[in-house]
Order: sequence, then C-alpha cells, then structure tokens
Amino acid sequence: MSYVARETLARQADEILTTLENRELSKKERMALPQQEMPAQDPVARRETMSEVTFGYTEAQARVEAMRCLQCKNAPCIEGCPVRIDIPGFIKAIEDRRYDHSIEIIRRTSLLPSICGRVCPQENQCQERCTVGKALKDPFQSVSIGRLERYVADRAREEAEGGSPEVNAETGKRVAVIGSGPASITVAADLRREGHAVTILEAFHRPGGVMIYGIPEFRLPKSIVDEEIETLKRMGVEVKTNFLVGRTRTLQDLLDKDGYDAIFIGTGAGLPKFLGIDGENLVGVFSANEYLTRSNMMKAYDRERADTPIFQPKVVAVFGGGNVAMDAARTAVRLGAESVNVIYRRTRTEMPARAEEVDHAEEEGVIFHFLTSPKRILGDDDDRVVGIECLSYELGEPDDSGRRRPIAIPGSEHVIPVDTVLVSIGNDSNPLITQTTPQLEANKWGNIVADENGKTSMDRVYAGGDIVLGAATVILAMGEGRKAAAAINRMLRGEPEST
Amino acid sequence: MNQILAREQLSEQVYRIRVAAPLIAEARRPGQFVIVQLDTNFGERIPLTIADANPNEGSITLIFQAVGHTTQRLAALEVGDSIENLLGPLGQPTHIERVGHVVAVGGGIGAAPLYPIVEAMKAAGNRLTVIVGARTADLVILEDEMRAVADELIICTDDGSRGEKALVTEPLKRLCEADPPPDLAVAIGPPVMMKFCAETTRPFGVHTVVSLNTIMVDGTGMCGGCRVTVGSDTKFVCVDGPEFDGHLVDFDNMLKRLGAYRKQEQQAQEQRPRTKEQCRIPEVRS
Repeated sequence: MSYVARETLARQADEILTTLENRELSKKERMALPQQEMPAQDPVARRETMSEVTFGYTEAQARVEAMRCLQCKNAPCIEGCPVRIDIPGFIKAIEDRRYDHSIEIIRRTSLLPSICGRVCPQENQCQERCTVGKALKDPFQSVSIGRLERYVADRAREEAEGGSPEVNAETGKRVAVIGSGPASITVAADLRREGHAVTILEAFHRPGGVMIYGIPEFRLPKSIVDEEIETLKRMGVEVKTNFLVGRTRTLQDLLDKDGYDAIFIGTGAGLPKFLGIDGENLVGVFSANEYLTRSNMMKAYDRERADTPIFQPKVVAVFGGGNVAMDAARTAVRLGAESVNVIYRRTRTEMPARAEEVDHAEEEGVIFHFLTSPKRILGDDDDRVVGIECLSYELGEPDDSGRRRPIAIPGSEHVIPVDTVLVSIGNDSNPLITQTTPQLEANKWGNIVADENGKTSMDRVYAGGDIVLGAATVILAMGEGRKAAAAINRMLRGEPEST
Repeated sequence: MNQILAREQLSEQVYRIRVAAPLIAEARRPGQFVIVQLDTNFGERIPLTIADANPNEGSITLIFQAVGHTTQRLAALEVGDSIENLLGPLGQPTHIERVGHVVAVGGGIGAAPLYPIVEAMKAAGNRLTVIVGARTADLVILEDEMRAVADELIICTDDGSRGEKALVTEPLKRLCEADPPPDLAVAIGPPVMMKFCAETTRPFGVHTVVSLNTIMVDGTGMCGGCRVTVGSDTKFVCVDGPEFDGHLVDFDNMLKRLGAYRKQEQQAQEQRPRTKEQCRIPEVRS
C-alpha cells in the first residue's frame, strides 16, 4: 500500500461523487466503486509527532464508501459485530446524508463509536463477513465500516458540544463502578441513565483506563476519551480518582461500610507478562505497559514539560505481535529511536494486531522479524542491554488457537544488537481485588468468574471486560458492560439475581 | 483533598508532613506506602513510605528527603496547601508477629518507614533493639520516637558526631555474634546499606527483611518497572513487596536498575528553570 496524500484522496472522492449524484446505483456499479483510503499524515512527517495519524474521511469519501455497501438483506456484518450495530442501516443513512439518523442508529447499541471506529479490529469482526469483501475475494476490500462509524461519530461530536443523554428520576440506589475503561464507562452511563447514583472508583490520577495509559495519542486522541468522561460527569456520575479498591477500601467495605447497592468490577487486564528468559531484568528492558504509560499517561514524550523520564532508545526490539506491540514500536519511533525491530515468532498473517496498525508501523519504518523468537537478552558489565539472542522458527500444525504452531529450528541462534527491549506478550489480570476478596471466585488465570450477565459469585457484585475475558478489545468490554448494566438494573428494580 | 496539616523540617534535607487522607489513614498497616503526584498534568508519580497515621484525625505522616524534583516541590508546600494526587495504602503490610528479639536498622531517611514497623513489633511483644545510622549528627531523625519504643537504641554516624563512629553494620554484627543471636533483623535504608546488612546477618543465619524503594510509575502492578530479582523469581516491589528476604534480593541488579534514568534526570534538573520557591531549597548533593 503506497501513501496517497489527503488532498488527492479528497479530490478523487469529489470527482466520483459528481458522477453518481441523484440516481439509483446498481449492485454492479456499487461493487465497482474504489474503496476509499483513510487519509493519513505523511509517514515521514508523523515519525516526529504524537498527533493522530489518520484524519478521518471527508464527507465525499464517506458517501462514496457508503455507496459501496450492497445493503444485504441478511446483513452478515451485523453478525460479526460484538454489539450488533445495525450496520447497513447507519451506512444507508450516510449515503442519504442523514447523519443525525446515522449516529442515532449506532448509539442504539454502541456507546463509544468515536473510539470503536478507531480501535476495533474490524477485519476480524464486521468487515470479515462483508459481502463486498467476499465477492472481491479480499477481506481488506470490504466496505470500510469502521472508518464510516468514525466519520459519523466524529461529526456528531463536533456538532454536539456539551450535550448529555437524559437521566431518569433518581432511584435512590447507589452503584460503585471500579475502573474507568470502556466496560466501566458503559456501565456507568447505562446505570446513570436509569436514575441510579453512580460513582466511578479509579486507581490512577486520570480516568479512562487503557484508553489513557495504553493506547497512544497517535492512534486515539486523549481528548476523545476525556470527552466521554466529561459526558458522564455532566450526567451526574461521580468520578473518584486515586482510589484503589482492595487497598484504599476493600470490595466488602464498599458494600458494608459505604452502602453501595451494587458493584461493577471493570479493572481490566493490567499485569504485564514477561517471558521468563535470562536478562529480562537488565537495564533497558521494559514492559510495553511501562513504556506506554510513561509516554501516554505521564506524557513523558513531552520532554519540556513532563517530570517523568522515559528511556532514550537507539536500537529497539519489541517482543510480540499484538496492538500493544505496534503501539510500543511506533512510540519508540516517535521518541527518536534509530531502528525499531518487532520480533514475532509467527508470520504476518498470524499477527493479532489490527492490519491498519501493522501497515502504519511498516510505513513508519518499523522492521519486522517474523518467525523469530528471543532466547535470552544479553547485557554488559553494567547490566545494560546490548543485544538479544534469537532463534528462528518455522510453522507446523495448527494449535488450539487455530494458528499454525511455531517450531524452533535447532542451531538457528543469532544475535541482534539492541539497547532497549520492550516486552509486549500480553497481560494478566491484576490480582489485587481477588486477593483481598476471598469470597470472589476467580479462575486459574486470575480472571473473575462471571455468568453471561456479568454476575459474579458474590451477591450484588458484577464484573466485565478484560478482568473476566482476559485481554480482549474495547468493543467486547463495552458489550459486556452493556449486559452487566442491564442485569444490575434488573437487580436494583428488585428482580431476583441469576446465579 | 489531601491538605497538608503540619510541616516540619527535621534536618537539612528531611521534612515531615502530616496530610489529610482519611481512607488511607484508616486502611494503612506498617510497611505500606503511598504514591504522590503533585501535578495531574505533568507531574511524576513517586512512592513514599507512610511513617505514621492517625485514623481519628484522618491523617497520615510522610517523611521524605528533598533530593529529587518532586520531593523538592513537596518540601516547598506549606500548611494549607494540598497534594493533588495521593494513592494508597500500597504494597503488602509488614508481617508482624512475636519472634523474640528483633533488631531494626534504619539508615538515614530509612528510619522513617522503619518507625511504624518498630512500633508494631514492640506491640506484638518483641524485645527490640533499634540501630539508627546517619552520615552526621544533623541527619539523625526520629531519635526520641525510637527511644520511646526501643528496649535498646544504638545511634551511629559516619563521622562520629553523634553516637558511635561506625556504620550500622558494625553494631548489627556485634548483635549477631551474641548468644543467642537476634531472631529477626529488619533493615531499611539506602540500597547499599541494606545489601551490607544482609551480608552481615547472612553468616549468622539471622532472617533479614529489607524494604525496597525501586523506580515505580503506577504502584499498582501495572507497569513492572519496579521489578527485582528475588532468589530465582522476578517480583514486583509495588504489589509483592516492598519487603523481601534480604538474603535473596539481587541488590547489584537492583542498584543498576535504580540508575536507569540517572543521566536523564540530571539533565532535566539542569535544564528545568526553577521557580522562586524552589530556589530556597538546598541543591542536590551527590
């Protein structure tokens, strides 16, 4: 994929649109329309800046892209969406320039469209099932549902300015929501709308969870997350920062001493995994969480103003192939690393990261070492990283995840000289709440056990998002939050709880 | 929120403040710490051990040495000012039980986190010998408080200006040579001091607990920046610690990890323009 400037993309869309106005398009004509590229900053220029890489569609681009949708009666895309957004419906509204109607359709089932439009792995969800992509025998040629979602959501945000959803009359019931990531934001909004008093308890000094500390500005502007929090506050949700449930107060205290009628736990998956190989505690080895938190939440990229330092890398190795690995690699690029190397033991096809992030990373000069896995990290006399010893791999039979299992090639050890290692091989759930709440059932991975409504083993206590699912996505967390909020609402109305 | 109720300078660089924090005061146990951040937008998060707490007043006491950017700013705050962000109590509390004879060693500012542990160990019925060490007489802190609790108090300074002219390891070794040796040693202070305390007690088989203060960002287990090698395991100081078996901690690796940002921090100190208040604060000494 080669880079095309924003102005060119805009002009091309304008030209296409003038030929199409005011007439019915046949399916064949729709299929023939070119997929609209996402306008983005120049790949060289953006290596120097944290500001968002993609600009979003122009109106003409959005409409041309919307016209590619065949409005399938069976709408396979909806089946691929974790919260079952009426995708053909909102896309048709874009084609018809009924943008208010479009966002209204999305909001029936999704609370955070500006965010999901940016960070959902659409190619594994709605767009994977799209008829257009199937007909063109390329899932990446599917209708760009995510980009369209972002377009209407951003448009609505720009026009809304300070509005907030209506809130029902106070019920007198109080709910504590632990954590302030996507699952918690959803629960807080849904329950507040019903008239319950909602308090968010957030451990960090800034609410927003992984969307603040993890996902970088260049992929998800923090102002969008802040707006979601501000909307909650305008609805009357109380946000308490610097409150670590399990330490500042136990879960049981919230029920017994503080008198909350229900609790939702949405504390996410925030405990970084390490490989357990030699050299992992050398100076210059960081979890991607640490590196990203320093840069994002602590703003260490702003060297003029931020107090928090961040390691200045020259040659970086990133272990892992997920979105967090891409975020860490691209952050290192922006912080001035001369060379950033992603070390991944399978191939590009198996990478769990969103395709767009991999493309963007490559455009920005990140180097990929596929079928390669670190064996140990090498240090000098001062315990500073000087290199990594890697093994080469080949792919064998598919494993439980359906991906082909990587098998080490004996004797293939080789050294890549690096001074910084960012470990990004996933996160476990933080054990603090389960450790301090013996009655709360957790599985062997430390995830809280919850039923399909988010109900845990404790009365009046619900959980959702990564703390239940293990590390997953924003949209899944939001979907879980929706279900849990509905169940909490039923419980607060006096209906019996499921167990 | 988190208003400063009292402020006192204990020595040239050491300050004691009492801060309103009702929930932390109620929940905290000896050995736990807080994370302090003075500016929500651009401030850094630093761990400070809780030196004391008053649940009735809803306050905690922090004792700190003004040697870095944030501690210097903290020292410049006055009674009535507030700490923007205060998170805690964090970490595992000290395991307190009656073991017999406990030797507690506090080096420099380390006497501050040691004090609540000493109090609790005494309350649990232990015989208590406290060793407080400092570079020079002016830097000896909490002498009266320790004397009130300890069965025996040994003070030593590097230059002999107060108490014995000795390093803390010297009286510690003497105590270990006694028959019977102490049942437990607790050492809190600079990493090098803790390392040598652990080396001193090792040949005598005296179990030695140390409290580590490594680089942290969030303090809740999320970043792993604070990790240390303990025996054959990697542990997070913020959630697994801060206290560990001193005989198993890889102090050499920990010391090197502590220096990860030294160069950058020195540059930042040099480049950052100081406000008027900050000019009153003594400069960092190496």
